[in-house]
Amino acid sequence: MTFPWLTFLGLVPLVGAAVLCLPVKQIARGVGMVFALLTAVVGVVVAVLYAGGATLGELAPWIPAFGAWWAVGLDGMSLVMVLLTVILVPVVLLAEWKVGTRGRWTPQAFFGLVLALESLSLFVFLAQDVLLFYLFFEATLIPMYFLIGGFGGARRSYAAVKFLLFSLAGGLVMLASVVGLYAVSADLTGSPTYLLGELSQLTLSPEVGRWLMAGFLFAFIVKAPMVPVHTWLPTAAEESTPGTSVLLVGILDKIGTFGMIKFCLWLFPEASQWVAPAMVVLALVSIIYGAVAAIGSNNLLRLVAYTSISHFGFIVLGIYTFTSTGISGSIFYMVNHGFSTAALFLVIGFLISRRGSALVSDFGGVQKVAPVLTGLFLMAGLSGLALPGMSSFVSEFMVLAGTWSRQPVVAAIAALGTVLAAVYILRMYQRSMTGPVTDDVARTFTRDATAREKWVAAPVLALILLLGFLPNLALTVIEPVAQSTMSHVGVTDPKPGEEAK
Amino acid sequence: MTITAPTFEWLQLSPVLVVLLAACVGILIEALVPRVWRFLAQVVLFELSILAAFMLLVLSWSQPRNSLGLMAMGAISLDGPSYLMWASLLVFGLLSLLVFAERDLGNGVTAFAASAASVPGSPAEAEATTARHEHTEVFPLALFSLAGMMVFVAANDLITAFIALEVMSLPLYLLSGMARRRRLLSQEAALKYFLLGALSSAFFLFGVALVYGFSGSFELGAINDAIANPVYGRGLLYTGMAFLAIGLLFKIGAVPFHNWVPDVYVGAPTPVTGFMAICTKLAAVGATVRVFYVALGAERWSWQPLLAVVAVLTMALGVVVALTQTDIKRLLAYSSISHAGFILVAVVGATAGAQGRVNSFGSIVFYLIAYGFATVAAFAIVTMVRDSTGEAHAISSWAGLGRKNPLLAGIFALLMLSFAGIPLTGGFIGKWAVFSAAWQGGYSWLVIAAVAASLVAAYVYLRVIVLMFFSEPVAGVAVGRASGLTWVPVALGAALSAYLGLFPGPLLDLVTSASTFLR
Repeated sequence: MTFPWLTFLGLVPLVGAAVLCLPVKQIARGVGMVFALLTAVVGVVVAVLYAGGATLGELAPWIPAFGAWWAVGLDGMSLVMVLLTVILVPVVLLAEWKVGTRGRWTPQAFFGLVLALESLSLFVFLAQDVLLFYLFFEATLIPMYFLIGGFGGARRSYAAVKFLLFSLAGGLVMLASVVGLYAVSADLTGSPTYLLGELSQLTLSPEVGRWLMAGFLFAFIVKAPMVPVHTWLPTAAEESTPGTSVLLVGILDKIGTFGMIKFCLWLFPEASQWVAPAMVVLALVSIIYGAVAAIGSNNLLRLVAYTSISHFGFIVLGIYTFTSTGISGSIFYMVNHGFSTAALFLVIGFLISRRGSALVSDFGGVQKVAPVLTGLFLMAGLSGLALPGMSSFVSEFMVLAGTWSRQPVVAAIAALGTVLAAVYILRMYQRSMTGPVTDDVARTFTRDATAREKWVAAPVLALILLLGFLPNLALTVIEPVAQSTMSHVGVTDPKPGEEAK
Repeated sequence: MTITAPTFEWLQLSPVLVVLLAACVGILIEALVPRVWRFLAQVVLFELSILAAFMLLVLSWSQPRNSLGLMAMGAISLDGPSYLMWASLLVFGLLSLLVFAERDLGNGVTAFAASAASVPGSPAEAEATTARHEHTEVFPLALFSLAGMMVFVAANDLITAFIALEVMSLPLYLLSGMARRRRLLSQEAALKYFLLGALSSAFFLFGVALVYGFSGSFELGAINDAIANPVYGRGLLYTGMAFLAIGLLFKIGAVPFHNWVPDVYVGAPTPVTGFMAICTKLAAVGATVRVFYVALGAERWSWQPLLAVVAVLTMALGVVVALTQTDIKRLLAYSSISHAGFILVAVVGATAGAQGRVNSFGSIVFYLIAYGFATVAAFAIVTMVRDSTGEAHAISSWAGLGRKNPLLAGIFALLMLSFAGIPLTGGFIGKWAVFSAAWQGGYSWLVIAAVAASLVAAYVYLRVIVLMFFSEPVAGVAVGRASGLTWVPVALGAALSAYLGLFPGPLLDLVTSASTFLR
């Protein structure tokens, strides 16, 4: 029997969280960091093994009475999401080193909850069994709920409950679908199962497939989030600490788009094609609405949350226009968006920790007093608006190119989103960083970026640039997934010139 | 004329007999043992007798040859479901009785009245309180009730079922009225429970008579045969069925027969509330499933839709009214009503399931066990959170408990999550099982209604978690120093709530494999 690498990968942070339940107050942050780094190392080992052609996956009976399995496995899409997770978590822990030292929730609690969350999200990305996926999908809500409600702004308790209720509403609708899927598989095969590989081979009648797909899709739309069920995200981002927002937007929300590909497209190919036009419209609405709302926001954290809604629109657009370029672009977009949002949230966190306010209007002229911070902020911002050279440019271009080959008009409207992105990023930069130095800024910005803060921003920005110049590092593992998804759904790429018809 | 001697299967029925015997010995202890020794004697007696009953049950169950079948001349049907229900009743009975015996919290005396017969506020009461008297009769009373429950879930004819129903209920009426504090409230609860309970028993008895009129038999199997080959018109059957259902649904606490639940749960001493919330519910659900599946199984097309409506009403009312509660015991009471609704969802499904896969009865028992562990621990925790007047029941006084006692608040949060059916808890797997049973039985709309109710329910329990962890602590409320008698149910309930969420496989296999009713 080979070593169960994937289970081990998910268990390392869980052990870390368990250790942090012990009274280790003095060294809690160090212990947490060690476990986060250890997870990152294991994650890299797994990636190397995968690249070396090893087949990774574990299968063991879990709940025989439900036909549910402990089934974990890895494909290109899970791999990049796993890497995103294991890289972002230590960065977040380093960025939030000072979290809760003044409040009543301890840093120990923060580090423990983050590690627990990391473990659960890793299993979400690795699960190959629908019940197992659902279990972890819902379970991630609990640590996130305490992270929002325990650390953050004045209305954090409200934000935490709002987050949880939206997510639970989505999750419970999905629960009905998952239960239905079980009953349908019992009817069709006589021995019901939850294994993704077996369920994706079922031939569902269109009506049943569409209803069940709708349940899954609803949960993922809430999770992603898309307009009109997005309202929990700005509230949550505004009230939680920046580190929590990174985990929420950078990792957890990706489960929504990840699930659309892995579950909606794979389990219900027919229904997914049927719903595609509606999803394209929703995606366009999200792109434009998110961008416009971002332009109108005066709160830095809220602004970034709205930009994310716009970006999620792009990801969904790439998925539901069914081109291999678009789907590859969407998966790559998930990674890039994770890194660029992390950079933005964390640098904004450094700004807020000095100024004591998240309002754009409370800043002004920061570049004169803190040039290094301003530089980091600009880099993160440019990554957010998908400047060529940044990794986000590649993925946004791929999504738009894929969409263009199918529906040029849609691509044109979506391209408007990139223009608006330039507006919200540059306007935010201009209003907060340039101009005359206000008294409050001069008084509060006593120090430029510290060594710790540079160490937080450097790896993330470096990765953004690296993937911007060498996108093939990620695309070589992503593209096979896009190809196999396309062939499973049963669509082929449009031939050049076909869009002219 | 030859008279055959009645047969009696001593080994197989020994679990019930041991509990009944222990209850009788308990009465003798009250009469013969000096007051100072009574408490100790009763506690040792109930612990040993329940453990012995459990071991005898395992012994008899592990003998595959002759352990299943109709026992005691057909009065008791000893099949997989009976064994499962007996085992659960014994485990939960033991755990909740441990809380009965807790004395450290109440300053050296139990939560029961010093002298239940004296008028509240009278000199006689003051005298008994000063003398630190205790009613140790509560233990034999609870044992009688437990024995009644065990017979109730295994009764193979309706007369046995009715007698068992009374044996189970009468001690509970008494126990509800014996709270040491807030005695008037407790007595009111007891009276209300007694009057309504007697009424529901009357309905049940009338239902028995009408069904007998239709079928000519009290035996469940014979009633089923009569439905398949009817001699008379179905009017008698339908009326009788409705009356039987009223009696049973009352004990389950389903809407519209739920009115007694909140008042009795609040008024009764908290350990008794815990005992009722889990053991009474187990017994009532067990008997309901047996009567409806075995005796009325051939008539399922006429009761399934009605029961489905009751299930929806029960879930909806339970969760919606729980939203507005300000008293923790009342909140748990409405929560228990809503759980009754979720259980009825699976009862309605009435599905056999695929080979080796979860079926209706298996899902019901699993749900009850998951709910039971959470309930037993939750009510034990309610006894521990105290202010100067005793238990602090106002939810607002639980604010900031996470800061005063993170361990206890963490455990309570886990139990709330299990009630809400959040993954990684037993409650989630239970809900899952119940929903799949109902869907497979063709009631997908009922599953969707249940999902909606779950969302509201989640908010109910979240409110408590928010209050415990995200609110400022209230002065004057503290967690009392309890002995192991309270901590064992709390720890076991919490540990098993988590364990059943992670590794439900073995228990699910067990409940699925032992779900065939004999008739």
